[in-house]
Amino acid sequence: MRITCPLCGERDRREFTYRGAALDAPAADDGAEAWHSHVHLRQNPAGPLEEWWHHQQGCGSWIRVRRDTVSHVMLASALAKPEDADGGSA
Amino acid sequence: MSVKGAQTQSAPLRSWDWKAWRIAVRLNGTIRPAGTDALGVVMRFSGWRVLREGLSGNRGWGPHWRDPDPKAEYDAVIIGGGGHGLATAYYLAKDHGMTNIAVLERGYLGGGNVGRNTTIVRANYYLPGNSEFYSHSLKLWEGLEQDLNYNAMMSQRGILNVFHNDAQRDAAVRRANAIINQGDDAEILTRAQLRDMVPQLNYDGNRFPIQGALLQRRAGTARHDAVAWGFARAADLRGVDLIQNCEVTGIRTEGGRVTGVETGRGTIRAKTVAMAAAGRSSQVAALAGLTLPIESYVLQAFVTEGLKPIIDHVITFAEGHLYISQSDKGGLVFGSYLDLYASYAARGNLPMVEHTMEACMAMMPAIGKAKLLRGWGGIMDMTPDGSPIIDRTPIEGLYLNAGWCYGGFKATPASGQCYAHLIATGRPHDAAAGFRLDRFETGRGLMDEEATGAQHNLH
Repeated sequence: MRITCPLCGERDRREFTYRGAALDAPAADDGAEAWHSHVHLRQNPAGPLEEWWHHQQGCGSWIRVRRDTVSHVMLASALAKPEDADGGSA
Repeated sequence: MSVKGAQTQSAPLRSWDWKAWRIAVRLNGTIRPAGTDALGVVMRFSGWRVLREGLSGNRGWGPHWRDPDPKAEYDAVIIGGGGHGLATAYYLAKDHGMTNIAVLERGYLGGGNVGRNTTIVRANYYLPGNSEFYSHSLKLWEGLEQDLNYNAMMSQRGILNVFHNDAQRDAAVRRANAIINQGDDAEILTRAQLRDMVPQLNYDGNRFPIQGALLQRRAGTARHDAVAWGFARAADLRGVDLIQNCEVTGIRTEGGRVTGVETGRGTIRAKTVAMAAAGRSSQVAALAGLTLPIESYVLQAFVTEGLKPIIDHVITFAEGHLYISQSDKGGLVFGSYLDLYASYAARGNLPMVEHTMEACMAMMPAIGKAKLLRGWGGIMDMTPDGSPIIDRTPIEGLYLNAGWCYGGFKATPASGQCYAHLIATGRPHDAAAGFRLDRFETGRGLMDEEATGAQHNLH
């Protein structure tokens, strides 16, 4: 499996660290149920999944990847935006 | 749902067990029932029978279970014909007298994770909740072959968890004490004792010198396929319908309670529906509108060509992580960590293959020339705390058995028995009372064996 970094191109999976599903975080005062759902519950699709990868041993970018969890095919990849900093997977 | 009260122990089937004989005849009419001989007598496996069949051309062996069409209604249906689903069916029938039940399997019996693991059986967990459960499971394993009348090749060859430094030794001692406190066996071996027992390890490697091991003698391996087959045959003999090629495509509910399932072979009504589809738990639960605290990851396993006996135990290596044993065919069976990303591909990627081989070479350079025959992946239901779930769901009559992470095989008999107990009596079995679905929401009773925190992607 190779992962496409928007800056560096297609790179070896070893260069990346996995963060998990890309989810919108609840607001700080959204209550326990919303946070339980965010931290623990997952749609866990067998198919396309939006997820975070960190190009830790490359350019250091956080990357939002759309990847098929059945075939491991990379479907899309984009740099994280500044507003994602609050919305990353907990 | 017929409930015969709390779990009862009944004797295993005998060759002249008339109850089983009647079930077999009733279910099969005039056709010779699976698992019975020409006179309709239940065929027990025995040394005598192997001899008799050997002398008569092996013409007396029949199918081990029937292949029935689904009925329109059952008292209970179990989704998933893997080890846990089949064990659940068996214990529902044996302990609770529930025989009007069906196991629905999308593919073929035992074609999922029960046939894709590294076959290790052990009871060396240490947190409350897990500890008593795996202890219970190991006791069931010890009587399983007699109970099922099936050769599961249970081999209590012992597991050795080697350690490399003081911190790991302290952790091993702590774990050993916990295991002894739960009533099971554990010993700490010094380097010299271990070397005497297993001389072929790399004791003086510069990076990972071996300082000793935690030994559990009652641990070992079992033939994984035969475990599924044994439970399948024993459940079938008690009247359970095992229905293959029957994918569940919908779970029907009415007013907050379950009424049945839609399948590729028609609608089946049931007031009790029990999910046991680890590896695909999220998809099955989604049919009932449930979202689970589970992410699916792939875990690889490998086997080499057959070798002369070189590893007599199950051995685990603490640095880099490796668990290895030698099958009765001679192949070395081993694995390491998960591929740490969400995946439903029943195969992994090369970085973890490389890592696993490096761990083999670090622990036991002598096996470096062995040829690798096969590698494969199993899909792991990963929960945030790395421990499983056996519980009710918010939907009345719908039960959940999921989240076995990378430890489902050793749990098979206890998972089935505890799940059956919950389904039949409405109360959790004492050994599995900690496996609650709500522990992630409440934070109470988390079982985080690795102490990494109860979050996804950390186990």
